[in-house]
This record gives sequence, structure tokens and C-alpha cells, in this order.
Amino acid sequence: MKKLKIIFNGIIKENPTLVLLLGMCPTLATTTSAINGMGMGLCTTFVLICSNVVISAIKNIVPDNVRIPVFIVVIASFVTLLELFMKAYIQSLYEALGLYIPLIVVNCIILARAESFACKNNMFDSMLDGIGMGIGFTLALTVLGALREIFGNGSIFNYKFIGDNDGILVFVLAPGAFIVLGYLIALVNLIRKKK
Amino acid sequence: MAKLESSLKNMFLSLTLITLGASALLAGGYVLTKEPIEKADRAKEENAIKEVLPDKNAEVLEKVEITLENKADPFIVYPSVKDGKFAGAAVQTYSTEGYGGRLDIMVGFDTDGTIVNYAVLKANETPGLGAKVTDWFKNDSKKTADIRGKNPATTKVSVSKDGGDIDAITASTITSRAFLQSVQLAYEAFQKMQTTKK
Repeated sequence: MKKLKIIFNGIIKENPTLVLLLGMCPTLATTTSAINGMGMGLCTTFVLICSNVVISAIKNIVPDNVRIPVFIVVIASFVTLLELFMKAYIQSLYEALGLYIPLIVVNCIILARAESFACKNNMFDSMLDGIGMGIGFTLALTVLGALREIFGNGSIFNYKFIGDNDGILVFVLAPGAFIVLGYLIALVNLIRKKK
Repeated sequence: MAKLESSLKNMFLSLTLITLGASALLAGGYVLTKEPIEKADRAKEENAIKEVLPDKNAEVLEKVEITLENKADPFIVYPSVKDGKFAGAAVQTYSTEGYGGRLDIMVGFDTDGTIVNYAVLKANETPGLGAKVTDWFKNDSKKTADIRGKNPATTKVSVSKDGGDIDAITASTITSRAFLQSVQLAYEAFQKMQTTKK
């Protein structure tokens, strides 16, 4: 049960986007459509799980004073690997996310989990934490992307259900990201208070 | 195993070890993906060429680089032949005056310079507005904005606001101007390629 709790911790109680408010830059910028939000979420999840496991594995051979550079090297390596493989096999998604793939390196969720969880817990728990946080991040980004796509473009996952030019444009542009995110956070706060 | 203390020697060793491991991992990843990346890039370019050429089965010849006056980068022309005869060409063109910077576009021309089709290779336009450039100028239901089947020799390829014959994307005149300018340049490159060949 305790293991399950680690996973669910990331999805609701400490959802990285909607509760901890970490990693706002990719959250706001890449969620122009449901598929982009999900792609970004999954990429981050991959890096998060790998870096959590590796950092947990090497935590004893890393002296405290150099831990931050070591964490960054580990995270940056996985991001670069991800970038190479995406370029080779899923180029369309790579182009849609563009600059935000390399920017996963500085996504504070990953460093925050390395610092606050992975370097204190064993490898298995760290992996679970990575999965939980990753799912939480992916869910939040997918919902955000889906809402923006529905309002802004009249479609969901590229499936169009409203005719041309009937979307509310502001939702696809940057201000829409802030508006939708604000309401989502309010909603999540409401649910958490009720409990 | 106890945690290593932060002595100079330990820090040095641990950092060296970990960066070495990371570089090995990256080198491996690079070698593994080098070929697939090249293949994917080439496939994308080939698809774009095929898409805009008049005859899909024509053989694409070696690319020709054409430089135009006042333009820094060359335009790349891919001529095609069918049964030994010239069968139109695809021209990779660009404009640096898009709303989001550079636009890279592939335009296909018939033997007499009529526009066959186009494909946007790279664009960074506003989603919902300028980003419509990918389909706007090849829309069957809006003939005044459709550039397919028009010849820049007889049609004025610029937005109607500037006295041209093509309808701009709603609320995205800058993108439309950049796009049409790149089409016009592609046509010039296409003509230059033909004259130099003869």
C-alpha cells in the first residue's frame, strides 16, 4: 500500500503542475493542443523516471558538495538521448515541441524530485515517485492542452467537431494558457479542500 | 556503503567518473541514432518534393543551387524528368519576413512555370492565425486564395491588399506576404534555372 501511495502522491496530493506549480514554462508553452501536451508530459516522464533511478543509484558515491552538477549532468544526458531518439523516430512530435525538449533539462520538477526524493530513497521507490510525478504532470498537461484545443480550435486530439474559424483564438495563444491553468488550479484546490 | 565525504579527492573522482559515464552513454546514443536521423530528414525532404511535383512518378534529378540578387541563401531547385523529358521542378524557397521569423517552403512548378502545389517545411507562425499557411493557399473551396494552377507570369502573386491577385489569410497579412514573396522568389529561381540550363 505504501508503494501505491508514492505513485498517487504525484498524481493528486502533490501534483507537480497544479499543486506544486513547478515547471510552468513547458506547461504554458507547449499545451496548444492535447497531443502536444501529452507528448511533452510523456517526454518529461521518461526523463524523470530515468534520472530518479540513476540518481538514487549513485547517491552514495556523490559527495554532497558536488551533487547539483552531478544531477544536472545525469538529467542533461537523458534529455539529449531523448532528443536524439525523437529526431530519429518521431520527428513530427519533435518538431511540434521544438525548443522545449532541450529545455526539459531545466524543468524544475526533475531537479526538485532528484533533490527531495531520489537522493534520500532507494531505487525502486524513486522509480515509483518518477512514475507518479510523471503521470501527474502528463495528466495536467493533457487536460490543459485538451481544454485549450477544444475552446481555441474546436477539436480534440486533432478530431474536429466544430467547423472552420469558430474557435476562440485567445485560448490557443499565450494568454489562454494562463486563463485555463488558473481555472484548473482553482478547481483542484476546491477538490482538495473538500476532502 | 556510507556516503562519501566532500573532500577534494572524492569530489574530483566522483565528478570525473560520472561525466565519463554520461559521455559514453551519449556517444552510444549518437552512433545509434545517426543513421535513422539522416534517413528521417531525407525522407521528409523527398516526401515534400514528391508532393509538389506535377508527376509523382517522375525521376528527381540532382539538386541545383540558384542564387538570386540580394538574397543571402541559395534556392535549391530539384528538376525532374519523365521519359527523358523535363517534367517540372520543385524549388525549396524561403522568406525571412514571416511573423515568427523564417519560413521554409517547397513549391512545385509545371514545365511552363504553373504552380502545382506547395508544402511548408518549416514555419514558426502564430497558432490559429499565420499557422494556417500550411493549407490556406491550397484550399479547394476558396479559389481566390488558391495558388495551385496559377502561373506567376500571368497572375500577380501578392496579397490583394498590395494590389495582387491572392487573398491573404484572415488577420495574417504579414505571414501571407512572406509566403507569397517566397513563392515569387521560387518562380524566379525556377526561371533562372531554366535559362542557365539552355
